[in-house]
Amino acid sequence: MYKYFPHTAEDVQQMLDVIGVKSLDDLYAEIPEELKLHRELNLPSAKSELEVRQIIEGVAYDNQNFACFAGCGVYDHYTPSVVPFLAGRSEFSTSYTPYQAEISQGTLQYIFEYQTMMADLTGLDISNASMYDGTTATAEAMLMCVAAAKKRNRVLISGTFLPNVLRVVETYAKFHGVDLVVVPADANGHMDKAVAQQLIEADDVAGLIVAQPNRYGLIEDFSGLADLCHAHKALFAINTVASALAVLRTPGEWGADIACGDGQSLGIPMGYGGPYIGYLCTTNALVRKMPGRLVGATTDANGQRAFVLTMQAREQHIRREKATSNICTAQGFMCLYVASYLSLMGPKGVQEVNEQSYAHAHYLRDRLLETGVFEEVFPGQPFLNEFTVRYTGTEDLRGQLLDSRFLFGVPTEGMENCLTLACTEKTPKALVDYLIEHINYFLESPEEENV
Amino acid sequence: MNNVYYGKLVFELSKPGRVGYSLPQCEVEGYALTDLPEGLRRQSATILPECDELTVVRHYTNMSNNNFGVDTGFYPLGSCTMKYNPKINEEMAALQDFNIHPAVPAEYAQGALRVYDEVQAMLSEIAGLSRFTLNPYAGAHGELTGLMVISTYHRQRGDVARTKIIVPDSAHGTNPASAAVAGFQIVQVKSTADGTVDVEDLKPLLGPDIAGMMMTNPNTLGIFETKIPEIARLVHECGGLMYYDGANLNPMLGVCRPGDMGFDVMHINLHKTFSTPHGGGGPGSGPVGVREGLEHCLPNPQVVKNEETGLYELVADEQSLGSVSGYLGNFAIIIRAFAYLLSLGKENIPLAGKLSVLNANYIKECLRSHYKLPIDGLCKHEFVFDGLKDEYAGDHHDADHVTTLDVAKRLLDYGFHAPTIYFPLLFHEAMMIEPTETESKDTLDAFIEVMKTIAEEAKADKQLLKTAPHSTPIRRLDDVKAVKEPKFTFKAL
Repeated sequence: MYKYFPHTAEDVQQMLDVIGVKSLDDLYAEIPEELKLHRELNLPSAKSELEVRQIIEGVAYDNQNFACFAGCGVYDHYTPSVVPFLAGRSEFSTSYTPYQAEISQGTLQYIFEYQTMMADLTGLDISNASMYDGTTATAEAMLMCVAAAKKRNRVLISGTFLPNVLRVVETYAKFHGVDLVVVPADANGHMDKAVAQQLIEADDVAGLIVAQPNRYGLIEDFSGLADLCHAHKALFAINTVASALAVLRTPGEWGADIACGDGQSLGIPMGYGGPYIGYLCTTNALVRKMPGRLVGATTDANGQRAFVLTMQAREQHIRREKATSNICTAQGFMCLYVASYLSLMGPKGVQEVNEQSYAHAHYLRDRLLETGVFEEVFPGQPFLNEFTVRYTGTEDLRGQLLDSRFLFGVPTEGMENCLTLACTEKTPKALVDYLIEHINYFLESPEEENV
Repeated sequence: MNNVYYGKLVFELSKPGRVGYSLPQCEVEGYALTDLPEGLRRQSATILPECDELTVVRHYTNMSNNNFGVDTGFYPLGSCTMKYNPKINEEMAALQDFNIHPAVPAEYAQGALRVYDEVQAMLSEIAGLSRFTLNPYAGAHGELTGLMVISTYHRQRGDVARTKIIVPDSAHGTNPASAAVAGFQIVQVKSTADGTVDVEDLKPLLGPDIAGMMMTNPNTLGIFETKIPEIARLVHECGGLMYYDGANLNPMLGVCRPGDMGFDVMHINLHKTFSTPHGGGGPGSGPVGVREGLEHCLPNPQVVKNEETGLYELVADEQSLGSVSGYLGNFAIIIRAFAYLLSLGKENIPLAGKLSVLNANYIKECLRSHYKLPIDGLCKHEFVFDGLKDEYAGDHHDADHVTTLDVAKRLLDYGFHAPTIYFPLLFHEAMMIEPTETESKDTLDAFIEVMKTIAEEAKADKQLLKTAPHSTPIRRLDDVKAVKEPKFTFKAL
């Protein structure tokens, strides 16, 4: 037998006897022969654990590790060792969705903590625990707007969203039949509020979704938008980078009805794109429009406080096609990442991470401008830890920096020679200085000479 | 599991002045968040707790003691395939070389892209299909993506009248819900008395408005739909496509492939069939496969090997349905599945399926003496009981009639997870049992013994079951109160 299969030959025989068939293949007797494969799968042979390790470590070696100055929704923050250590407890990781609350209080409790933390960070009443990532959470926010509005089918989305978020929301809109209108950016790189206002005043808009900080790293001013939306019976939703919620004006403080975004920046490794967690928060009034799993507090037969999955009448396993969403996931494991990260960091830690990221990014911006080959695309516009510059040189600077193991920003989609760069607490002064040294070196010596 | 309840919340452990982190000194001077305009800054303090490191570690460790997982005990949860989650997979997924930013240019991420492509190719062979995308984040997300593939296929042919999807009444709830999100109307097809799709009920539903039909095979009763070739032929003849819900793929491994059954599009739950941990409900991974001719519909970005350079590239196909994910799906889950596929290899993958069927049939035969078996015959990886037999449960009309919920709760006292209960909806007292191949005969025998004991207890002392569980960290919960007095945060307590 095989290491993951505990059956002895004797076990198999005894079990077949009880069932009343002669062989394992006879267990498939009812399946028409013409549907069966009748050959071995064309796959590699079984490998020992040592071989599996060697193969995968070898493949992993083909990836390049970089000093990371890239952001665009995914940030290289430091994850304290306690976080993966606790997540590694298999009582958590090998459990299912906590349907049997009496033996799942661990999962239910950390989800309740997660919900508390996200509701507080966003400044709204409640949070779910079910979104895959920030892109799909934003799509769900759009579906919520349409579901809440009933007869309206038009949703506005800011053109200052990251392109990969826009693409996902556009895909959901296309198939679900939502009339999604992209509000363009103004000259300052912010959503054009005048255009948004004009559209909302037409009284056929179900919701407006905006991005904070936006795709260029800029912090937008949403003053007046909530009142405008509410005066015209539209919902107002804000997508914020999760770590920034600790220091920027919250969606609740802007008057938003829905907050959504990606939780990756709260302790989750970059992991080449996933798994992350999407967060989705809203007001008490909209709880029945909320997709996904919700954990609530109640009491047990002894009157003891305990936690349970609740309000399930919204969900697919009860309501089927009338559910608020098809979401079945409870993104439990990632809730644990976020809850344990925020428990360790506390109010001071999240503040300090933002302070350092802010300082490093502004220092990097200033040092880049000093080189003489970069200019700010949106000068004077406030940003947190990410900004966009235009490169005015002619050398393939980013390519050379990649070869020197610097992930020097992400090319700004749709804007020639522009890069969006991000800093975190992991890009300290010394690393920025080292990067600038490389840049100056490449600029001074043409490519051929610095082999 | 510890039966002493640990019920504190981290906010109740907080004490002003404590810290649980350390960061390097910031060497950059002259920049402060207070430089930002005040109107853009957060106005209120956060509720985040102030705890030292050990307090946090002990808190979550104590909570884990109140949790049941595959590593602590048997999880016969039907439809969920709670098989063992190998540990080498975890270590491989955590390799630092895979922890790269998703915007790293493809030429510097060749290792990651190779894992993606090799898993894609292996799943295609297992499914009998042409190509997979690994971008969808979960099973239901895979369903949604697959339905978008079907919609895109029809739209590209200019056939815009196909607005309906057929779903069996026994289907997983996600099927109709995903079809609704994808913009389809849902048409339900009935089951026959033996639990399979009623072909006569299906025929009149077929027409030029049908985009496709969703099925799982074996179905949610664990019964193989032997009429699948006829069903696929009928749906194809009316111009629709066949969608395979891969939630029940495990028993089919290496024996019978969805592509060979006549399906055009399917998803696979890596967290079921390919051993990645369920994580308390997520993250999962729901790769979607298609037959030849539909590959261009798959979502962007797509991973393509350039045969000239031998390098993997990221491509955006204009004919694609669009994007369903920020990047390339739940990549760390894909690595785990890669390790599992390499470990088992072609020799053991089919054996996994066969042993899961052996285990399910064994439990079914051993317990049919005490529990109602509505559908006889060979099951595949799972089967459904319709509650206890009347001689044990008591009269259906009596207040102390022992229900499936009572049996499920009593099982927790004996250290087993409950089966999936009250699903599928075809039976009032449904109890859906799926043991998976990684459970030993000894474990199954112990479970069978307990299930029989519970039946005897039901006969002798109904209140014992009505008030179960008795030895878990907490007692039965007040679900109604949770809805009537909703409290979703610590602040609301």
